[in-house]
Order: sequence, then structure tokens, then C-alpha cells
Amino acid sequence: MIANIGFGLLVITIVTSLIAVITAIYGVTSKTRAMLETSRLAALSAFPLLSMSIAALITLLLSGKFEYVYVYQTTSLSMPVYLKIAALWGGQQGSLLFWCWLLSGFTFIVLIRKWKQDHDLLPWVIVVTNITLFFFMVLVLFFENPFLKYYIMYNGEVITSLFQPFHAITAHPTDGSGLNPLLRHYGMVVHPPMLYLGFVGFIIPFAYAIAALIEGRTDDRWLKATRRWSLTAWLFLSLGLVLGSRWAYDVLGWGGYWSWDPVEISAFMPWLTGTAYLHSMVMQDKRGLFKHWNVALIILTFCLVIFGTFLTRSGLFSSVHAFSESQIGPAFFIFIAVMFVVSLGLLLFRWSRLSSGYQIKSFFSRESAFLYNNLLFLAIFAICLLGVIFPILSELFTGQQVTVGPQFYESAAGPLFALLLLLMGIVPLTAWSTSSARNLGKTVWKPALISLIFPIAAVILGARNWIAVIAIWLAALVICVTLYDYIRSIGLRAANHHEPWWKAFLTLTTRNRRRYGGYIIHLGVALMGLGIIGIEFFQTQTQAMLKLGESLDLSGYTITYRDFQIADTPDGRNVARVEISIARNNQELKVVYPRIDYYYDSEQAVTIPGLRTTLADDLYVILVDWEPVTSEAATIKAFRNPLMNWFWIGSIVAVFGTLLALWPSRERKLNTKEAA
Amino acid sequence: MSNNTTLPQNRSKENPAFKINKFVIGGVLLLAAVVVLVVTSLKGNAQYYLTVDELLASPPGQYSNVRVSGVVLGDTIEYDAQHQVLKFTIANIPGDNAVIEEMGGIAQVLHNASTDPSASRLQIEYHDVKPDLLKNEAQAIVTGQLGVDGVFYAEELLLKCPSKYEEGLPEQSQNSR
Repeated sequence: MIANIGFGLLVITIVTSLIAVITAIYGVTSKTRAMLETSRLAALSAFPLLSMSIAALITLLLSGKFEYVYVYQTTSLSMPVYLKIAALWGGQQGSLLFWCWLLSGFTFIVLIRKWKQDHDLLPWVIVVTNITLFFFMVLVLFFENPFLKYYIMYNGEVITSLFQPFHAITAHPTDGSGLNPLLRHYGMVVHPPMLYLGFVGFIIPFAYAIAALIEGRTDDRWLKATRRWSLTAWLFLSLGLVLGSRWAYDVLGWGGYWSWDPVEISAFMPWLTGTAYLHSMVMQDKRGLFKHWNVALIILTFCLVIFGTFLTRSGLFSSVHAFSESQIGPAFFIFIAVMFVVSLGLLLFRWSRLSSGYQIKSFFSRESAFLYNNLLFLAIFAICLLGVIFPILSELFTGQQVTVGPQFYESAAGPLFALLLLLMGIVPLTAWSTSSARNLGKTVWKPALISLIFPIAAVILGARNWIAVIAIWLAALVICVTLYDYIRSIGLRAANHHEPWWKAFLTLTTRNRRRYGGYIIHLGVALMGLGIIGIEFFQTQTQAMLKLGESLDLSGYTITYRDFQIADTPDGRNVARVEISIARNNQELKVVYPRIDYYYDSEQAVTIPGLRTTLADDLYVILVDWEPVTSEAATIKAFRNPLMNWFWIGSIVAVFGTLLALWPSRERKLNTKEAA
Repeated sequence: MSNNTTLPQNRSKENPAFKINKFVIGGVLLLAAVVVLVVTSLKGNAQYYLTVDELLASPPGQYSNVRVSGVVLGDTIEYDAQHQVLKFTIANIPGDNAVIEEMGGIAQVLHNASTDPSASRLQIEYHDVKPDLLKNEAQAIVTGQLGVDGVFYAEELLLKCPSKYEEGLPEQSQNSR
């Protein structure tokens, strides 16, 4: 019954999305106000309709009605409630529905808040968002229906169907197969929704850009109206990526956080173009530059979002992220191709109207720094795209599939990341419009000199890899220059306004939220860079089979195997846990408990490391294996990841910076109050 | 006199071609750097992706660094935890996605290949921690090289487990009425 209602609501939604598209186009072309209102209502209705459908699916997931295919596949009796809810996005069907729901929700917010203000653009925004919604609803309804049930035919064959076939009886499994054990983690609650919020969030600025192109509006209104959307989408996408890294670090037990797997890259690519867009957006805003470029970037980002959604679901790649293989691949390709060609066609059609009268004058100006920032992000994106599609390309041209591994991305994109750090380092000290190498040199030498302390310290501490030392210097340069510029500005303001420094700091920051928000993000990224340099260049590892009481040494630490326990848990796991003492200079620092959880229902083990984290380094200890009979000996593997903690600290700093940049300014608040 | 001093300024301010050139040169340099980076990185890190059949059919020594995909035979898994030496055997599965679809999907293909005694096999040796996902009928993707002894020495091991949903149900559903 609940499933039938849920399904019925989906059918209504696909109809309303189609109505919204048709009435919007008709309403605009015939200038009929009533039609536009109809379109708005139809578009608005998708959100409550899908919310109810989602509620129906969650009810089923919680109820443990395993006759429903999706409930059977993603939940089991032993799973806790929070994971049963998270199972909503734990499988193909549910996650597609969740995607649709987010899209309808974002459209809803735009239509509620901006209908009067952007009345000329919004009908086209409805068209774009609802065509996308329609496409995804087709997938949900005809390919990946979350409300199917198991039936047993008269010949004993089990089939899945929406309605009861003739002579068939409902199957009643007693327990579900449950979510893949790797997904049974708190990360499951936050990582996928954040990523989806980021993905879907970029559709709104894209829809505005297309609306502006269709209407022939050449001003910056589409961009300014969606500035905060873009930043919010970027924030969620960044959070999704970082949380995914943390999850991998915490449960996958290979000592790392990022493995350049195709699905990771497919979420990273829209982040790269989205980041480029955030920067070039500033240029259009402040200087009227890059108008074509911005439209092109947001089109590219949208297509990459759809491409990323597709890659995860196609089963084309082997990955921890991959869903089971599916028939929806060709549909996705057609959709991406059509959206790409139509949007690009529109851009070319409006090309001449978009040109700006401004030229970049100086090679060392801030404008050219932004230009190079964009080129670098695009270059990194191109490398990622090439790596992902290389097997397909090579098969097309040579008949042999050739793949590339993580080393390809690291050696091809690494130097470009270093150049980005360099740009980040000098950009706060460049001036708009005109600036010469000499002027830049005059301001930059002081903080640059201070920043040398970091690489010198690294060399004294034993770093001999010159690439790593240069990378450390670049990250240090960003930190020093940004802080130097900040402190200098505070000092100037304090002197000019006779304010105490803390007041100067507050007014400066709150009056220039986007500027300082951006700098704080840069600081965070530089700190993350230190973490990446630490783990990539200075990771050490060791492994040994230890008897009780024996220990192994790793970079000055003593890791002692003290105890072993094995037991079944009520939620269907067999947990093998060792007690490990971490000591340095005969002084115990921490006791950690690496373990292996074996899930009986899915016959799969999950390795969970024991972790000791400090600002200097992480000690990451894994239980590899143990002797089944005596359980006296266990194989232990340990990693030391220097500076790793700065990666997570940096990401928190970057989030804080983004929030600062997002915070509405005072004038804006006043405006809305007056309007009310 | 005044002409002499203003001329160079005019040139740099009002001749956009001069200005653009500098950026074009910068852009071309960057592009060239990226191309060089990509090409050099590809040279060292690209691996042919072969099936077991293709690898065994190739003349010895043709591929120094290669990636092979096959299905894990559960009975063959041996792990020496003390020295962290993992040995197992994989059986050939088709490499073409279209063929796999035709044969009833990857889960079916893996199941058939693991029970087919005539499928060609390859012994794998891998020196590292035994991955959690290594089990019977998992799809293994190994990167490394084929030794003269016919054993494939893997440097990297990726595993992919097909969803068991399709076959998983009948047992359970038949147990309960």
C-alpha cells in the first residue's frame, strides 16, 4: 500500500515536471501570465510530491518489509536505525530518487524566493531544472524503480515486479542482505548527501546561465543572483570530497585517503571546474572580464556533474563506490550530449553580445593571476579527464585497452598543483589592473623570506627529497604571504582609524567577507597541502608477525602487541581485536585497538585501523591477520603519516572561510528588511 | 622631443596585439608544459589492460607492465601472514562489456568462469596485506608482470565484488513460504 502510494507520487511528479516545461515555454513565447503561474505551481509541486514519496520509501526501509527489492538489498534486521535511513542513498534506485528530491527542493527554494525578482529568467530556469528532473524521473520510473517487489512464479522462479503477476505469490524473505559492510559507517550518513548537495547545487547557476543566454541578457545578473548558490554548492562538494577521504582513512585500512579511482576523480572534476568558476566569477563581477568563459565553465561543470553521477552508476569501473551494473548508461550519454550541445550552441549564438570592453593590461596584475589560476585548474581537469577516459580512447584507436594508475595523475598534475600554490602565494600582493614585476617583488620579499623557515626546518629534520622541500616552501609561502597581507591591512586600518587591532581585525573581516573568506580558504588549502606532502613524501611503514608481548619499531615509535580478543556481536559481526601499545622512549603514549570485523551476512571483512593522531604525525596501525588456533601471533602493519592531521585541520579552516564568504552582508540584510 | 618619450607608451597601451601576445605566449608555454607532463607521465605509467587469455597468448616479454582482470578461485587462496605473501589463481573472463552483458551480466560471467574447468588460469603472487574483498568469485584486477615461471607478480591488486542480489534471494524466499 505504502509502496503503491510512493510509486503513484512518482508518476504524478513526472507528469508535473513535463507540464512545468511545456507551460513555461508556452507562457514565455505567448506572454501568457496564467501559463507562467501554472508552470510555477507545477514546478513547485515536485518537491512536496517527491518528499512524500521519499517518506514512503523510508517507511518501508524502517519497516523491514523485505519483500520489497530495495529494502531487501540495502537493509537487514541487524542494521541500526540511522543506517536504515541512510540506506535511502545506499543503492542505485534510492540514490537516484534522493537526487531528484534534492533537485526539486533546490528548484522549490529558487521559485519561492526569487519569483518576483527574476521573473524574466525563472521560466527558463524551470525549463532547465525540470527537463533534468524529467530525465532522472524517467530513470527512476522505467529503469531503477525503488518500489519493486519480489514475486514467486508458479514454476518457482523469483521475479521482481511492480504489480502482482498472474498466478504469482509474494516472496517473503526473513532478512535482507543488508548494506555492503564498507558502507555501514557514520560516514555513510554524511558523505553521500554532501556530495549530492554539491552536485545538484551547481544545476541552479547552470539553469540561470542558460536562462540568461536564451533571453539574451548580457549583464551579470544571472551570475550575481547565483553567486551564493555556486559557493554553497562548492562548499558541499568540497565537504563531500573531504568526508569521503576521512571515511577511507578510517575504515578502508590501506593507510591513505585518496586513491585516484575513477569515481573519486569523477567527483573531483566538477570540483576543479567549479573552483575555476568561483574565481573567474570574481573577475566578471569586479572587472567585467571572462563573460564567455564563465558561461562555458558552468556548462562544463553541469555536464561533469551528470557525468559523475553516471560514472558511479554505470558499473564501468571497479571501485569501492560503484553500484551494481545497470542499463542506464546509454540514456545518460544521450542526456549529457544533448545538454552539452544545446548549451554550447546557445553560447555560440550569443557569443558577440557577451564580449567585454576590458583588456588585461599587465602580466603581473591580479587579473592575469586569475587567468592563470583558471588555466591551471582547467589543465588539471584535462589530465583527470584524459586519465579516466584513456582506456576507452586507447581501445578506440589501438584496439587495446590501456589504463593509467595513480602515479600518472600524481606526476602529471603534481607540478600544476605546485604552480597553483605559487599563484595563491603571490596573489594577495598583486594589484588590480597594473602591476609590475618590480612592484610585486618589493612587497613579496619579506613574507617570502619568512616562509623559507619551513623548508629549512624540513631539511634540518632530515628531509632530503628536493621536490618535497620545494612543495613545503610553496605551502609556507601561501601561509606567510596571506597572514602578512592580513596583518599589514589590520595594522594600516588600526593606525588610520585609531582603533585597537582586534577592532580593526573585526571590521576589516566583516566588511570584506568575500575577500578574507577567500584568503582563509587559501590558508586552509595550504595547510591541507602540508598534510598531503607529509603523507605522499614522508610516509614510512613496517610490518611483522608478532607474538604476544613482542614489538616492532617504526621511526622512533615502539609498537607492542599486548592482547587479542575475538567475539561475535549481536549485530551479526565477528570482531577480532588486538590491543596495541604505542610508545616512544619507553614512555607509553596511547593504546589503540585495530580490528577486523567480519560480517556473516555478506561474508565480508572490514579492516579498521587503530589511530594515534598528533599535530606532528599519525600512527596508523592495522591488524592484518592472526593465527586462528592459538591466536597468540598476529600480523601487524603500521604506517607513520607525518603532518596528516593538517589535512583535516586545513579542511576545517577552508570550510570556515567559505562560511565567512557566504555570510550575507549587512547591506543585504537591510535591503531585505526594507523590502519586507 | 615629446614624440620620442610618448611613443613607447602608446605602443604598450594602445596596441592590444602586443599585450595579447604576452598572454598567448604564456598560455602556449603552459599548454606545452602540460603536454610534456602528460606524455612523460603516460610513458612510465600506462598499462595494457588484458584478459588472461590475451596475456597467455602474447609472446613472453612483450608487456613489462600490464593489468589483467579475472575471477578469483576461492579454493586457491593461500596467505602466508608472517611474510605477507598472497597466492591465488584467477580464471579468464571476457574483457568486453558488451560480451559480458550478452552473457547475462558480470555476476553470471564470474560465476560461470569460476566453475568452468576449461577456462585458462593464471597464478598470482602478491606481497602485501590480504585485501578484505578477496574471496571466491570476486573480480580481481592485478597490475604487474608475468614472470618466466608463468606466475604473475602483482604490484597492485584491486577487487570488485558483484552484487549478489540477483542470486541471493531464491534460497531465502523459498525457505519462508
